[in-house]
Amino acid sequence: MMLKSILILSIVFNTSSDCGAAQALVHVEPAHLQGPRSLQEQTGTAAIRDYMQSWQSFRAALEQNRAELLSPDFVGAAKEKLTDTIQTQTALGIRTRYVDREHDLQIVFYSPEGLSIEILDRVQYDMQVFDQNKVIATQRMSARYLVVLTPAEIRWRVRVFQASPN
Amino acid sequence: MKPGMLSLLSGLAVAVGQLTLAQDVRMTLPKVVEAGSPFAIQSSGRGKSTLYVVGPAQVFRRDVQLGKMTIIPAGSLTNAGHYLAVLTSSSSTTNGTFDVVPSNQPAELNFLAKPSRLPVDLHGGITGAVYVFDAYHNLIGTPTPVSFELSSPGGDVQKHIVITHDGVAWTGMDSTAFAGTDRFMARSGDVSITRVVSQVPGDPCGLKMSARQSGQQLQLSTEPVRDCRGNAVPDGTIVTFTESYHGDLSTVDVPIKRGIAEVQMPLQSGAAISVASGVVLGNQIGGGK
Repeated sequence: MMLKSILILSIVFNTSSDCGAAQALVHVEPAHLQGPRSLQEQTGTAAIRDYMQSWQSFRAALEQNRAELLSPDFVGAAKEKLTDTIQTQTALGIRTRYVDREHDLQIVFYSPEGLSIEILDRVQYDMQVFDQNKVIATQRMSARYLVVLTPAEIRWRVRVFQASPN
Repeated sequence: MKPGMLSLLSGLAVAVGQLTLAQDVRMTLPKVVEAGSPFAIQSSGRGKSTLYVVGPAQVFRRDVQLGKMTIIPAGSLTNAGHYLAVLTSSSSTTNGTFDVVPSNQPAELNFLAKPSRLPVDLHGGITGAVYVFDAYHNLIGTPTPVSFELSSPGGDVQKHIVITHDGVAWTGMDSTAFAGTDRFMARSGDVSITRVVSQVPGDPCGLKMSARQSGQQLQLSTEPVRDCRGNAVPDGTIVTFTESYHGDLSTVDVPIKRGIAEVQMPLQSGAAISVASGVVLGNQIGGGK
């Protein structure tokens, strides 16, 4: 069942990845839920698919300094913080390129009323910083992201997107 | 010395200086910084440099003097996350990473409570989930106690203390025996947030009617309709009277008014009349002359 989920995610992710960008490896651990509500496979798959989609808009938005690219996937504080970062980057003439290499995902909470899902993402990504289009740093990063998604009309949106120490 | 030689020597001196700079520039970063707190970055070397602190949640750039301690004042870096610090000069660059973590002091709670309305006496019928944030809207990932309290107007209080896991805590509560408006409160540290939960009577219990002849009609009337806990079932709730006579059924739906349901039905010898509300069946009486 979980293998099927991973396969579905791979397909979704591959078809929508940027051309030329290396595809991230996505590994989904079995859900380890606290809370009374059971998680249907379809719900978990949709949440992870939408979260992975959010990485693409996150990457594009921070690389192109276009906050509007965040709108389909981010909401609330996550969107506000990323938007602030993009505005500051624009003001400073900075751009950042995030290339995610590997995600190790686990759904850790599905709220009893079904209005939020929390995902833990141990992610490895490459980060490049440009100042006036000149590369000033390239670094492989490793972080543990706490992600909270809430349902919107037709998809899950990222409401909290926060790295914590590994 | 000839001017050309001077220029060459001067160029060499610059080159050596840059090489020294390139070899000497180092940066000492804290591993972890609490959101909003001041911190210091120590660099080695000489000359001017530019410091970048870059992460998805925040970014800043400032000019720094190499060899001196750079103080990042309180309130500068407020968003939790994993950051890359880059120190560049004209000839060299050094990088490092560090984390900004939330403060442990809760300042904001996101409280999802459901439902806002439910029947009395329902085991585990009320649930609440709380995400705990600091003053900068960072999710506090370290275990933090959250107190959930459900209090009814009658004075009943249910209290659960739950420790957050990855920033979230949840609980389930029973609805109390009495209809009314309950207060469902979540508290963490000095912050609390309250939701209102309306408890409504459950299904009718012991539904009972009586009949009284009124000319050629039968006046049917229920006793005050209550749930199993004695709460009055609200006016407007539909009560169904059914008359069965020689295989024919006639049904009348009547809303409860002032606590009871009343209806007149034709008086027919040998008819049986029953009363129900929803899935709850009441008594049955014969309707003979």
